[in-house]
Amino acid sequence: MNFDFSEEQKLLQNTAKDFLAEHSSLAHVREIFEADEGYSKPLWKSVAELGWLGVAIPEEYGGAGYGYLELAMIAGEIGQALAPIPFGSTVYLAAEAIAREGSDDQKNRYLTGIAAGDLIGSLATTEKIGSLTEKSVSTTFADGKLSGTKLPVADGDVADFAIVLAREGDGLSLAIVDLTGAGVERTRLDSLDPTRPQARLVFQDAPATRLGAAGQGWTITQNVLTRAAALMAFEQLGSADRAFQITFDFMMNRFAFGRPIASFQALKHRMADHYANRELARSNCYWAAWALENEAEELPVAAASAKISASDAFDQMAIDMIQMHGGVGYTWEYDCHLFYRRARVLSHTLGTTDEWREKLVTHLIEEAA
Amino acid sequence: MDFNDSPEEAAYRAKVRAWLDAHATLRDPNKPAATMTQEAEGDLIEKAKAWQALKAREGWACLRWPKEYGGQDASPIEAVIFNQEEARYDLPPSIYGIGHGMLGPTIMAHGTDEQKKRFLPAMVEGSEVWCQLFSEPDAGSDLAGLKTSATKDGDEWIINGQKIWTTGAHFSKWGMLVARSDPNAAKHAGLTYFIVDMESPGIEIRQIKQMNGQAGFNEVFFTDVRVPDSNRLGAEGDGWRVAITTLMNERSSIGGSMSGGAGISSLIKLAQQTEIGGRPAIEDGGVRRRIADFAVRRSGLKFTGQRGLSALSQGQTPGPEASIGKLVAAIMGLEMGAFGMELQGAAGILSGDDSQADPVWQTTFMGMPGLRLAGGTDEILRNIIAERVLGMPGEPRIDKGKPFKDIPSGTTR
Ligand SMILES: Cc1cc2nc3c(=O)[nH]c(=O)nc-3n(C[C@H](O)[C@H](O)[C@H](O)COP(=O)(O)OP(=O)(O)OC[C@H]3O[C@@H](n4cnc5c(N)ncnc54)[C@H](O)[C@@H]3O)c2cc1C
Repeated sequence: MNFDFSEEQKLLQNTAKDFLAEHSSLAHVREIFEADEGYSKPLWKSVAELGWLGVAIPEEYGGAGYGYLELAMIAGEIGQALAPIPFGSTVYLAAEAIAREGSDDQKNRYLTGIAAGDLIGSLATTEKIGSLTEKSVSTTFADGKLSGTKLPVADGDVADFAIVLAREGDGLSLAIVDLTGAGVERTRLDSLDPTRPQARLVFQDAPATRLGAAGQGWTITQNVLTRAAALMAFEQLGSADRAFQITFDFMMNRFAFGRPIASFQALKHRMADHYANRELARSNCYWAAWALENEAEELPVAAASAKISASDAFDQMAIDMIQMHGGVGYTWEYDCHLFYRRARVLSHTLGTTDEWREKLVTHLIEEAA
Repeated sequence: MDFNDSPEEAAYRAKVRAWLDAHATLRDPNKPAATMTQEAEGDLIEKAKAWQALKAREGWACLRWPKEYGGQDASPIEAVIFNQEEARYDLPPSIYGIGHGMLGPTIMAHGTDEQKKRFLPAMVEGSEVWCQLFSEPDAGSDLAGLKTSATKDGDEWIINGQKIWTTGAHFSKWGMLVARSDPNAAKHAGLTYFIVDMESPGIEIRQIKQMNGQAGFNEVFFTDVRVPDSNRLGAEGDGWRVAITTLMNERSSIGGSMSGGAGISSLIKLAQQTEIGGRPAIEDGGVRRRIADFAVRRSGLKFTGQRGLSALSQGQTPGPEASIGKLVAAIMGLEMGAFGMELQGAAGILSGDDSQADPVWQTTFMGMPGLRLAGGTDEILRNIIAERVLGMPGEPRIDKGKPFKDIPSGTTR
């Protein structure tokens, strides 16, 4: 038993931290935010050059062939930096789905493209308000063509391709569609965090190829979401760590009633609770990363636990970050809102926290039986 | 990272299981472990002593302690494996938590060679039970405000005063006592730490009835109790530093093993047996979300404990981070108890033999308020996390730089 990352993995983490501190400052995040660019092209390029996009992609497709523990370390740093890049959509979702379900051709084309930094991917599942269910999908896939509307699709307006959950005959299947090709209309949607842009994708007989077996779309989607949740939880945890640190530094230097506000017990005790929540979330995240790396039976439970606790830890910290900053916390100028926005957006990404609670309890009931 | 046993760990676990199978029976995993009750106290103490003696004879007691004091020099992981396995069996409640978890390590850190030889092996064998004489009526969270006095008389000390909330004093042979040896010194400077024979003349022990009807803790009165100087632990006036060792071990030993009452699977079973609005409670969204949240905290606690273990194995000392274990577990236990009762509807308030389901929910609900206080209250733990772990400044204090006698303390009405 060993419940810690290895020295090499921590070294990788530190390298990532240093790199992002320089190339993805909060000022840079804000630049992308205000220019409404969707993502940082220079950062994406460097991240590809560093090999991060292919960390978990096998070497035969141009990846580094490391594993998920390494990817989790990088995810945490992406979160720390609030990096404005479509990393999760491309790496945790698209690459995962294709690595597990793709044909040789699909792997050759997409995994190689992702690892090289030439392709951005996305996963398009939801279509309307409410929870994603099998019944809520009305987009169709027939005769190699997709028709229907997906909304919101994370990074859908900047991605080169999307993996789309669609109705094929009686069941659901996944299909890969080129978003720059014919029959696709995409619109950037107004959303809480423009550095993780959201899109509407409208397909009208858009040519697509099936990913995985016909009728297996729902199962594959759930598996991919579970795997992505384990990684996204690290991103959320990283962001929570950063929000905590910024708030802490502010509290130590802001004086009221003749003393640092960090000395007020009402605030200290809340920080202690945030600390405790975060450490519990971190432990769940480690569990999920281990389960992912080892294809362990408890992955669905571990990943849901990680996602729920990391979502809550980040959400609560981001809310208190504003409160503990006072008036400046509510300004555009201060960075608190970047965290507040990102926290909420990530709590909806891959399914809301309540949806994950539902999944978790379903697994626990099965376990208890 | 590897959450599974290594081959050596698996082999060790198999060895542990084989030994436990030969000497104990497995417990129904849906039933909580046995707890001390006043009614069965005499019997349970006898059983607990017999179990400890057996473990000591066969080399399974105080695994991490050095061999020369009766331990096995085992690794932290081995000790955890043993504890995990032992917890699966139907065994008497431990009466050694305070001795093995807190006082033993304090003697190891600050004791003389003679003290270690005299006290530690008997602690391992379990023939002598220990209690912690720290809190006083006017000194709990503010422990350094204690007033019990220790006056030197030749090579003896004379103890006068009162301790309170002393768990197990009524069946303990020894107590660890912090007393004020110099009232003229500053608050934290005038304290000295002693090992006290609980059978000494001048000690009077009165059990205190707890809010749940049990009587685990006591008031202990000292009237001219004589303690040999050879039973002083650490230097005269250094009692605060020695006490801190005890408290650090207390929090990690209480927090580390903590799960906070009954299990998630029992909660699920209960929700399957009960109904809300005409359908099984387990189908109710609110019920499901709460179960999910308990499960997430539970696994977070479990693996936080194990991360601490990995730190320990890598030679790092588990710091005050261990404080989060008890902070989270006690309140969660309380909430789970209340939730388990809520699922039972009107009958949820029936307890003991009249409970209509497993009485664990009521017992937990009635026990957890004590756990939130014992060994550092929730508020003190938050102070420790904020100030010692995170490094935030303390509150301004009005008890510093003044003679101890001028500082207000206790309750005035
Ligand atoms: C079941 C049980 C078993 C126990 N066993 C033992 C034992 O074996 N040996 C022993 O020595 N003691 C024992 N104790 C005593 C325990 O350590 C004390 O009760 C505890 O430290 C609180 O002290 P107090 O009771 O004097 O309350 P107080 O210290 O008076 O606290 C009252 C309230 O004020 C709050 N408070 C106090 N100071 C602060 C502060 N600085 N900031 C914010 N809030 C504050 C507390 O959190 C609490 O809510 C036991 C207690 C219980 C309940």
